[in-house]
Amino acid sequence: MDPIKSFSGKVVALPINDIDTDQIIPARYLKVTDKNGLGAACFADWRYDADGSPKPDFPLNQPEHQGAAVLIGGHNFGCGSSREHAPWALVGAGFQAVISTYFADIFRNNALKNGLLPVVVDEQTHQQLISLAQEDPNTTVTVDLATQTVTLPDERKVTFPIDGFSKHCLLNGVDQLGYVLALDKDIASYENSNPHRVNTLLAV
Amino acid sequence: MAAKTLFQKVWENHLVRPQADDLPAVLYIDLHLVHEVTSPQAFTQLRERGLKVRRPDRTLATMDHSTPTTTRGADGIIPVTDVQASAQLDVMRKNAADFGINLYDLGTRNQGIVHVIGPEQGLTQPGMTIVCGDSHTSTHGAFGALAFGIGTSEVAMVLATQCLLQNKPKTMAVRVNGRLDAGITAKDIILAIIAKIGIGGGTGYVFEYMGEAIRALGMEGRMTICNMSIEGGARAGMIAPDDTTFEYIAGRPAAPKGADWDAAVEAWRQLPTDDGATFDDEIVLNADDLVPMITYGTNPGMGMPITGYVPDPDKAGDVSQKIALDKALTYMGLQPNQSLLGKPVDVVFIGSCTNSRIGDLREAAKIIRGRKVADGVRMMVVPGSQQVKTQAESEGLDRVFKEAGAEWREAGCSMCIAMNGDQLQPGQYAVSTSNRNFEGRQGKGGRTFLASPLTAAATAVRGVITDPRELVSEREYA
Repeated sequence: MDPIKSFSGKVVALPINDIDTDQIIPARYLKVTDKNGLGAACFADWRYDADGSPKPDFPLNQPEHQGAAVLIGGHNFGCGSSREHAPWALVGAGFQAVISTYFADIFRNNALKNGLLPVVVDEQTHQQLISLAQEDPNTTVTVDLATQTVTLPDERKVTFPIDGFSKHCLLNGVDQLGYVLALDKDIASYENSNPHRVNTLLAV
Repeated sequence: MAAKTLFQKVWENHLVRPQADDLPAVLYIDLHLVHEVTSPQAFTQLRERGLKVRRPDRTLATMDHSTPTTTRGADGIIPVTDVQASAQLDVMRKNAADFGINLYDLGTRNQGIVHVIGPEQGLTQPGMTIVCGDSHTSTHGAFGALAFGIGTSEVAMVLATQCLLQNKPKTMAVRVNGRLDAGITAKDIILAIIAKIGIGGGTGYVFEYMGEAIRALGMEGRMTICNMSIEGGARAGMIAPDDTTFEYIAGRPAAPKGADWDAAVEAWRQLPTDDGATFDDEIVLNADDLVPMITYGTNPGMGMPITGYVPDPDKAGDVSQKIALDKALTYMGLQPNQSLLGKPVDVVFIGSCTNSRIGDLREAAKIIRGRKVADGVRMMVVPGSQQVKTQAESEGLDRVFKEAGAEWREAGCSMCIAMNGDQLQPGQYAVSTSNRNFEGRQGKGGRTFLASPLTAAATAVRGVITDPRELVSEREYA
């Protein structure tokens, strides 16, 4: 994965609590075998009418929000299913970061593995950003992973938490699978001292 | 030695490398369950990097999410008419064959929902770490396993290394005291817990369910409870293993035998949380106070006693809650302060990894037996696995449902996730024994009330949302 650099992007708000992954990408779009093309189906049931035409009142369809790279959701963004198709769809739709007051655990993990930053801010900042984005569609923030800061339009900087390992991997383009593959000796040693009880190849 | 929780013991037993400063723990995975929807891109990654599956003997694949549950053809084959689903199933077959993984193919005798087949085969055992690219992997925690859902990148990692990078979660004791009355089930317990803590209340935690009401449950009820841990935000829920657990596992195909069994049980008896061990948080519920639960909104946290009234958004705690409730009631077509009892429904769905096991079907059949599904109601009964289906048919449960006018279908996830053609039409109402009532979850525009198999069956008979105790009390009910 490419290293993540500091970026500035337009903000669009979907101030709805508990946005679940079934909304981010409905299950009927999961019959794919690759990661591509899911951006068009991102929020499909909120975004399109029954005949497939875009709903004009949905923020992601509005001309002034085109090109937005930062999505602000309500509390508990990404709850529900473990589908990694959710971050694939958000990235496919052009997002580089999602801001919320907190994220569901599995979604956060999945997002971090796809270069989509889950940015947790306090409730006051959250509310302020939603108001700004709704008042001015050109509201832009700068997200800097190295310093773990979001710079608001008034130049105020707020920090956000991220675990050190994920940060290191994202900043340096470190491949997590490669890291664990390199621990082969430790894994083999664990396996030798913990013989397994079940064998799925015998379960017929 | 310091007192430890069940979670701590299982966690520590699986550390290839402990968590340190800025490095997550490397956690060994004992059992990896795979299905057709969240695995294709993981196998692609393995191919691109020239990697093998490290432990095919700890990996098992099934087909459940996108599979049809329609009747078999004259050739005994379940026809797959959806071209995209068919291609996805073929990819699963190819991946299993190329990487040497055992696959329970569509319609074969052990195929079924991934969280039904693991326990059914005896593969799910106390003290194990179990993962799957599916959030309801928490189900397996009912056996005292640490089991949780993962994304597809993590599926690739487990396939290639049998390990995961994990930061240690917090622990929450969920104590359920007291006893359940007749007509009230494990599903009602977990819906009540989620209504209490909210859909995000368990974020960052692993739950351990404990207390008299949990101990009194059989394994299927315990699975129902652990299954929905994720609907309260917790990736995993666990229940300490006991004699109920061991009796369930004994004799199953993958269960240890002979001296191995004795050694296994001895080891499993060491797993329960020690006296004096502490949790990061605790909540308490009293089963004596419970009545059947039902959801009214668009997430599983929006639940209430079936005798209750839909909440009023104007009385919500804050603005964002009011907005959420307004949105949910608009979608559901409900009014504040209304009762759900007596509300007509279009569909009743009995199935899903939450409530599709033999005990669930027996419970529903108790109510359905000798009665008819109400006019205008479609009732679908979808067994969780081919084994459950076979068992139910040997008990004549299929005839009970069919004679009542219900559909008796092949095994799979079906209308819980509605990606196989089993779905609600826009605007339709369903009482469903599944786990999610999100907008569109059971079909675009469909509206879901989550409830127990008893409530679902009672509703099917009356055609309107019904307190199952009204029908249970008419029958001898143990």
